[in-house]
Parts: sequence; C-alpha cells; structure tokens
Amino acid sequence: MSDNILEIKDLVVHYITDEGVVEAVNGLNMTLKRGETLGLVGETGAGKTTTALSILRLVPNPPGKIISGEIHFDGENLLELSEEEMRSIRGNKISMIFQDPMTSLNPVMTVGEQIAEGIEIHQGLSTDEAMEKAHEMLELVGIPRERAIDYPHQFSGGMKQRVVIAIALACNPSLLIADEPTTALDVTIQAQVLELMRNLREEFNTAMILITHDLGIVAETCDKVAVMYAGEVIEYATLEQLFENPKHPYTIGLFGSIPSLEHDVERLKPIKGLMPDPTNLPSGCPFHPRCSHAQDICKERKPIVTNIEEGHMVKCLIYEGVIEAKEVL
Amino acid sequence: MSSSVTTEKDTNLKSQAGKKRSQWGEVWRRLKKNHMAMIGLIIMIILILLAVFANQIADYEEVAIKQNTANRLQGPSRENWLGTDNFGRDIFARIIHGGRISLMVGVVAVGIAVLIGGTLGAIAGFYGGRVDNLIMRAMDIFLAIPSILLAIAIVTALGANLFNLMLAIGISSIPGYARIVRASVLTVKDQEFIEAARAIGASDFRIITKHIIPNALAPVIVQGTLGVATAILSTAGLSFIGLGVPKPRPEWGSMLSDGRTYLWEASHITTFPGLAIVITILALNLLGDGLRDALDPRLKQ
Repeated sequence: MSDNILEIKDLVVHYITDEGVVEAVNGLNMTLKRGETLGLVGETGAGKTTTALSILRLVPNPPGKIISGEIHFDGENLLELSEEEMRSIRGNKISMIFQDPMTSLNPVMTVGEQIAEGIEIHQGLSTDEAMEKAHEMLELVGIPRERAIDYPHQFSGGMKQRVVIAIALACNPSLLIADEPTTALDVTIQAQVLELMRNLREEFNTAMILITHDLGIVAETCDKVAVMYAGEVIEYATLEQLFENPKHPYTIGLFGSIPSLEHDVERLKPIKGLMPDPTNLPSGCPFHPRCSHAQDICKERKPIVTNIEEGHMVKCLIYEGVIEAKEVL
Repeated sequence: MSSSVTTEKDTNLKSQAGKKRSQWGEVWRRLKKNHMAMIGLIIMIILILLAVFANQIADYEEVAIKQNTANRLQGPSRENWLGTDNFGRDIFARIIHGGRISLMVGVVAVGIAVLIGGTLGAIAGFYGGRVDNLIMRAMDIFLAIPSILLAIAIVTALGANLFNLMLAIGISSIPGYARIVRASVLTVKDQEFIEAARAIGASDFRIITKHIIPNALAPVIVQGTLGVATAILSTAGLSFIGLGVPKPRPEWGSMLSDGRTYLWEASHITTFPGLAIVITILALNLLGDGLRDALDPRLKQ
C-alpha cells in the first residue's frame, strides 16, 4: 500500500447534460507506484483526460460529476477532502501539464510570475524569494533566467511547454499528470520535451501519468501502460508485457494500426468502427461491436479482470475462458 | 537543438538589452504609433490641464460668475476670446470652468459604474448558474429603463447637485459595464490557463483577481474611455433640461440651454460650448479606439 502513490478504485465519472448522461469513466481501477511512469493510452473520448481531472478533482461541475469510487493518493482518499485541503494538494503534491502550451499560459503575466505563483501559494515564500526560485526553475528547464520577465507570446511553442513543465515541477510534486504534453509540438521538439521530462522526473523522483495516444511515446517513456476504452482500463501491464505480448483484441488492434519497421504489410489493419457513443454504451463488453472475436455472449456478459501473469491484467471474455478466440492471439 | 536554442538566446539578449518590457510599456509603445489616438490623448491632456488650472487662467467669481450686463452678447474679441453671454460673462472662462465639472462628472460617474457594474459582472460571469441569472436579470430590469430617464428620476428624487448628478449618471450606466465584464469574463474563464491556475491550487479569489480580471480588462478600459464621453453628454443633457449643476455654476449643457434663446443674434453663445463638447467627445473616442487596438494582445508583433 505505502509504495503506491496513487490507487484508483472503481471510479465512475458522468457528465450529466440535457442530451443525456455521458458515461465518461466507468469503474476504472488503476495503481501507480512511487517514481513510476504510467502511460494512459486510448482513443479520443476514452476518458483519459476525465480520469486525470478527477485525480485533481477538477472535473468541471456542472455538468461533470464523480459518481462513485475512491482515489487514494499517499493513503488519503482525495474524494473525501474539503475543497481547501484539495487546493493545498493541487500544484504542490500533484500537478498537471496541459496539452496545449499556447493556451495554458496566462497571456498577461510574465512567465516568471506564473512559475512563482505556485511557489508563493504553497511554500509561503515572499514574492522575491518565489521569484528567485522561479528563475532557478527556468534554468532547470533550459531557459535563461533573464527571460523570466518576458510574456508567453515572446516564446516559441517548445519553450512555452518548458515553462509549463517548470510551473508543474516548481513545488516538487510527487505525482505529475501530463495530458498529451507533446501533441501540440512538432516532432523534434517533442523529443526534447520528453527527454527533459524524463530527466527532471528522475531527478525529483516524481511519479507520472502520461496521457497520450501515441504508442511510440509510451514505449520511450513509460514503465507501465494502461489501455483505456470507453472509460475503463481494459488492459494493464508493464511496458515489456504489453509491447511483446498484447492480449486484449483492442490493444492488438492498436498495434495493428501502426506501421512496423520489421514486417512488410500491404495495408495496415485499422480497428473498424468508431468509439461508441458515451451516452449510449453497448451492453456487455463495450468493445464487442468492433471486436472481430465477438460472440453473442459478449453482448450480455461484462468481462471482469483476468490476471494473465504478475502485473498483466486484461478485461476480456477470451481470457476468462468463456469464448474461444477466432485466431491465435 | 543546441543551435536553435542559441539563436533564440541571441535575439533575446539583443531585445533585452534595450529595456525591460512591461505590459503597460508595451501598450504605450503601440499607442504611440497610432497618430489619431495620440491626437485624442493630447487634446485630453490640454483639456485636463485647462480644467485643473481654471482658477489661474480666469478667476471663477470675477470672470465666470459675476454678471456684467453692459457687456452682454459680445462677439469674440481681444478681451473676451470667445465672446460674452446674455449676462455679459466671458464664455471662455465659463467653458474652462464648465470643463472641470464635465470631466469630473465623466470620470467619477464611469468610476462608479465600472466599480459596481464590473464587480457584479465578474461575479455573474465567474460563478454562472443561479447567481448569474439573479444579477443579470436585475441588470436587465435596469436596462429596460432608458438610462437618461433613470438618471432624471434619480436626480429628481435626490435633488439636483453635483454629487447626485455623478451618482445618477454612474448608476444608470452600471448595466452596460456589468454586461461587458460578464461577457469578457465568460470568454476568459473557459480558457486553459484558468484551468491551469486551478491545477496549481489557486483560490477562486486569486483566479478572479490575478488571472481573469487582467485578461478581461481591455474591453472595460475601452468602454470606460468611451463611457466618459457618454457621461459628459448625459451631464450636458441633464443640465440642458435644468437637472444638472445648479446655476450660476457654468456647465456646458446649461450654457447651451441658456444660449438657445439668442441663437439668431448671438450664435457664438451656443457654438463654443457645443464645440467644447464635440472636441472632448471626439478626443475621448479617438483615444478609446486607439486603446482598444493597443490593448489587444493578439496584435503584438
């Protein structure tokens, strides 16, 4: 228990709108050890960002509502804390890097002020002391300290993301949530930013949840991978287990849709169909309408977690021995 | 990587060498490039100086108030630059003393409106839902009454004096500012940097004061500048119908009103106060437009 920094149990988050209830996260379970990096992979709309926001209790309410579940961080259930206690955790023990550095910085504050803000809030330092720490953070992410008096629009995209990283790491959090931190950046800058994040994370021994839909980034940075589909983790494994031995038909499908350097294939095999409508999820296994192995029972019976081996879990009826796979997986 | 960083560093050091750029310095630099706005600003500075030093330029009691019927309805001359009115008072002196009142009413009224309206609008926009509904429906009720009528009602109820005039004009323009601030808070509050501010543990108060208001301020400043112009017009309008500053205190609107009987024999009595109003309004509008352009962070080069 104690070496788990984060434990999420049966988390259910719904968005209640006039058009219906959007079931964004449905009974999600996840654990993360101190200093580890977890890759949270899935298509758009799988509930990755909602999960991340739930950990910080920042799901916009209304319409979002955490229906049930527990989120234990450092042994404390975050969902039971008061708003004030929660504020002292945000940015201090858990911080978040947002997807788009262009919009996640305040355009009318200097970057120095923005880095100093979190330090000021959580460490009770004076403005000058906080500013001095902000300068150090800037240098840490490879930006000269003189630039602290500049405004975000005077920075390039990659540098802005460095500033965002500096803000997130300013209070030395024990958990960092990075929501597609490199999606808005071009490929060369992506590599730099990932490298930077990896180095800083090792330096501070920060655990990280990396949300992405890029399996390449996962392979490069993560220790564990959780594959999300329709608000559930359908496969959870270490990096090696997942990449060498993917089990869930959806995970296999994800790998099937990436071009491989080793095998020549005529066409890639994309997963057919689209993500189900979250206001109207399919019964049984949520993946069954798109699954090539699906049988009638998949429509009725919801798969439970099956342990394939130590640390490798999958939610699929095939591994429960209920149905047979159509081909060798 | 290293090469791109060094070039970036180089250009930075170069621009840094010049001066430390603050946000307002940047705005001022852009405003300076706008000639029309600068003309507006210069006119406003002259008008403010005239108003501040009105007593030094022309004695209030002797020149602007004291009647001298022997000298009435004189056209512009060396002694009376802009002529005299129906009581023989110097029109130039009365205009600069009147300017004091107009500018003061304008600024104070807008100040009241921005303060009250802005706070209400910010609360409505930020919290949304029921609070928003309550505040904005109250504002709608205000808006349903024509603002000049509301001002007239307030002045009549409280009595016609300078303070009540400012209050009346200020209160009647509250809904406008509440709406502007609310709208601009709404656009700002859904941006990602507000969420990012929440994610570092900032409180609501901090988010409103440090993140939302500075970003929502630009339209308020512009509207405020233009609003001073409207307030001056309203003051003139109220004075014209006798609800403004009590006589014999000079005020542009009441000067117009006094002069309209002599429109044919001595048109200068109405022309010059009218021009004073026009020039002030024009200057404020030019300045307001210039500020709007200068404050838009998206236009930064």
